[in-house]
Amino acid sequence: MAGLNKVVTSYDEALAGLTDGMTIIAGGFGLCGIPEGLIAQIKKMGTRQLTVVSNNCGVDGFGLGILLENHQIKKMISSYVGENALFEKQLLSGELEVELTPQGTLAEKMRAGGAGIPAFYTATGYGTPIGEGKEVRIFNGRPYILEEAIRGDFAIVKGWKADTYGNVIYRHTAMNFNPMATTAGKITVVEVEEIVAPGELPMDHVHTPGIYVDRVIQGTFEKRIERLTTQA
Amino acid sequence: MTLSREQIAQRVARELQDGFYVNLGIGIPTLVANYIPADMEVMLQSENGLLGMGPFPHPNAVDPDMINAGKQTVTAVTGASIFSSAESFAMIRGGHVDLTVLGAFEVDIEGNIASWMIPGKLVKGMGGAMDLVAGAENIIVTMTHASKDGESKLLNRCNLPLTGAGCIKKVVTDLAYVEIHDGKFWLIERAPGVSVDTIVKLTEGPIVVPEVVPEMQF
Repeated sequence: MAGLNKVVTSYDEALAGLTDGMTIIAGGFGLCGIPEGLIAQIKKMGTRQLTVVSNNCGVDGFGLGILLENHQIKKMISSYVGENALFEKQLLSGELEVELTPQGTLAEKMRAGGAGIPAFYTATGYGTPIGEGKEVRIFNGRPYILEEAIRGDFAIVKGWKADTYGNVIYRHTAMNFNPMATTAGKITVVEVEEIVAPGELPMDHVHTPGIYVDRVIQGTFEKRIERLTTQA
Repeated sequence: MTLSREQIAQRVARELQDGFYVNLGIGIPTLVANYIPADMEVMLQSENGLLGMGPFPHPNAVDPDMINAGKQTVTAVTGASIFSSAESFAMIRGGHVDLTVLGAFEVDIEGNIASWMIPGKLVKGMGGAMDLVAGAENIIVTMTHASKDGESKLLNRCNLPLTGAGCIKKVVTDLAYVEIHDGKFWLIERAPGVSVDTIVKLTEGPIVVPEVVPEMQF
């Protein structure tokens, strides 16, 4: 690696430094826009006791679900986790811990973490079990709860195209949580469909500027569809 | 006759206005998209990051990178835009969405809503529901008025853990259109052929009944 070139050529390099007990922030919504090769590499490495921050936890046999099969996840911080039977089993047995977080709060926790904002007030969750035990403050007559930002030891992200400097663009709704995730990792790894030379991505179309990105790897993606729905 | 799922959606659709940005939840709210008047421009927001959600794709046009908040494959309409989850919830929390429609297990006379958690059953999560009810000014809840055993779901106080406090003002059930303010339910319209007595009997919280309660027309 030299200068600002972020490209790595092996998955071993891409996740070098990931160890037991770390916190990983993962982009993706359902199975859409997930870093498939990086998740497979975590499975291969066998890293354990992980805390994973991700809107969902994949399905049985795909996405983050494969890390559950391997008993690598200690705790999930997610907004919705109902899509896998194994998740339910590990949760009920006490092997897995889950911290349910409203989806917008989860996105903002990542955004704030990446932006150096330690906490923020939001009306979301006030008066619900999510607000219990959290600081409440009134602004303009309305109560808000204090939510703390999240940072990760690693962020794993799926992009569409990146240049070698780590500028990233996403495709369609595969963007979702990925841009916030890139900002919130101490080490941010982006897996993309295509790597191009600097200057090839129009600079005013870049979604994630390269300053947030530490490593870029080119992957191949199955892009499994969770709920195929069509019209005649 | 109680309203069918489609009729509930049809009734909700009458609250749409030209130029509205609308978020539709999963289930009956999704059906509202089928009843947008042809002479109206309405943009549907999907909280995973799409403004301008279109119909489901034809089988030859499926794109795994295009899904809705229910993780179903979708299309986008001309003039749609795509953005991150943080941007999406800035729209929702910032009060920029004109109408939000979502389902519920229970509502009460204080405008509280319970829709995400039944203690003792596995909790899958709230997704974006807490953000939607906290951020939107104009929310319509769609639900059945009572359980199959005749237990009211329009309550003095929600029994289940809340999704949001004091945020619901309009409810369309299979029996009636009801508004909530001043610590009471207010009966506005009834389903065709459903008597006021039936509605009052199946509403636990105090409900104000005007002299004339118009029947919904379909």
